[in-house]
Amino acid sequence: MSSFWSIWVSVITLGTILGCFLLLRWCLKNKTGVEEGDDMHHEFDGIVEINNPLPRWWTIMFYATIVWGVIYLALYPGLGNFAGLLGWESSNQNIRSLAESKQAHAEDLANGNLNEYSRSIAAAEERFGPIFEAYAKRSVEDLATDPEALKVGQRLFLQNCSQCHGSDARGQRGFPNLTDNDWLYGGSPAQIKETLRNGRIAAMPAWIDSLGEQGVKEVVAYALSLSGRKVDPVLAEAGESRFAMCAACHGQDGKGNYAFGAPNLTDNIWLYGGSEMAVTETVTHGRNGVMPAWKDILGENKIHLVTAYVYSLSQEQ
Amino acid sequence: MKNVHELVEKNTGLMAILILVVISFGALVEISPLMFQRQTTEPVEGLKPYTALQLEGRDIYIREGCVGCHSQMIRPFRSETERYGHYSVAGETVWEHPFLWGSKRTGPDLARVGGRYSDEWHRVHLTDPRAVVPESNMPAFPWLAENTLDGKLTAKKMEVFRDFGVPYTDEDIAGAQAAVKGKTEMEALIAYLQSLGTALK
Repeated sequence: MSSFWSIWVSVITLGTILGCFLLLRWCLKNKTGVEEGDDMHHEFDGIVEINNPLPRWWTIMFYATIVWGVIYLALYPGLGNFAGLLGWESSNQNIRSLAESKQAHAEDLANGNLNEYSRSIAAAEERFGPIFEAYAKRSVEDLATDPEALKVGQRLFLQNCSQCHGSDARGQRGFPNLTDNDWLYGGSPAQIKETLRNGRIAAMPAWIDSLGEQGVKEVVAYALSLSGRKVDPVLAEAGESRFAMCAACHGQDGKGNYAFGAPNLTDNIWLYGGSEMAVTETVTHGRNGVMPAWKDILGENKIHLVTAYVYSLSQEQ
Repeated sequence: MKNVHELVEKNTGLMAILILVVISFGALVEISPLMFQRQTTEPVEGLKPYTALQLEGRDIYIREGCVGCHSQMIRPFRSETERYGHYSVAGETVWEHPFLWGSKRTGPDLARVGGRYSDEWHRVHLTDPRAVVPESNMPAFPWLAENTLDGKLTAKKMEVFRDFGVPYTDEDIAGAQAAVKGKTEMEALIAYLQSLGTALK
């Protein structure tokens, strides 16, 4: 705040408080020309107005608020740039980017000049930091057998992941089940972690333009036949000849490819539903499932624990 | 007249004027300096004006009353920043007219919801919130997927915002209608939601 505005705020604020004080003093004076307690010669329906002073309890409260205001302004920021005797500050509001925010926090830490928010962050860091650090040093496989670590991982999962994958991690239409050991992008700790860190974008194109309705029908029949479903053999055979295009991602045998997040088509597990209608919809319009990136939101240590939790879910079977 | 105070006691018009004068001191201290502070007038680095589609989405957000249950203001408390991300700063909302900070927190804060979920998730969730979050008490907004935008007023809206100081270019405004025409309200709202809070992330 420039010194002009600082003075502006201070003068008006203090002036208002002084004004309130003077107004009260003035109003306490008897200006009526009638002795206190005497008749004001104003009567209506037998009710007589008496010249009574302002109630004592009320004036005391008025004075008390003025005193309170002055004390508050002395202790806490309020008068322009005056920081207050306690030096209290809520948070770094004068930042223009995350980098500046981090820098401001680091400077506050170095100077030992913590504002309210930085203090709560520093306290949490001191208390929980070592716990996360200790977990970060252990492997995902190891953590997946530690019930305490999994509890922390589950908390993080429920907070951040359950909105899509469900609180039981079994997913739903369009959002993968994480408990069935069937993976789009791989189920090794490193692959799970990569998925969490940077997110994933699936790219199943729409096939209606190049295949046409009949072509889609045939490919769907063949795809369903891969997981042993009963289909029209003529259609399926025609579909097989068109499957080369699908094989680019799903593999010649239809078993999928982690590199593209292309699902295995032979296991009868269907992300978008396995009915003929649902699969037709998928082939016709394509699918672009998106997993958001979490590295900036959760940070490396928390991702490590979520990885362990997700990894543990499919280890029990 | 002996008693000046009697003037005010017996003249309500004068009383009203004096009350306004007294209240205006509050505004002079609380509001007027903010109009000249760097932190309340300068955008944060990376803040971009809403695209035409996002702008239409914002109007749908207002129309459907989302602000009645969702705030867009992450307070500087650890309990909030752990869940939602960095606390909100004034520089993020310098181009908001009006701002949609809200104060009723029935649903989660949306100040940084951009990029948190996939577009598909938003589509499912807005059509039927219980489909993805079983315990949700948010109403469903299925009509958003059916209503399409004609974009007749989009350019006008952007011009008004430009008058308020939002840096829209002539090309932005010229292409506004084409950018939104035929899109569904669902697409617009999702585009808006996905933009929230991404300037400081």
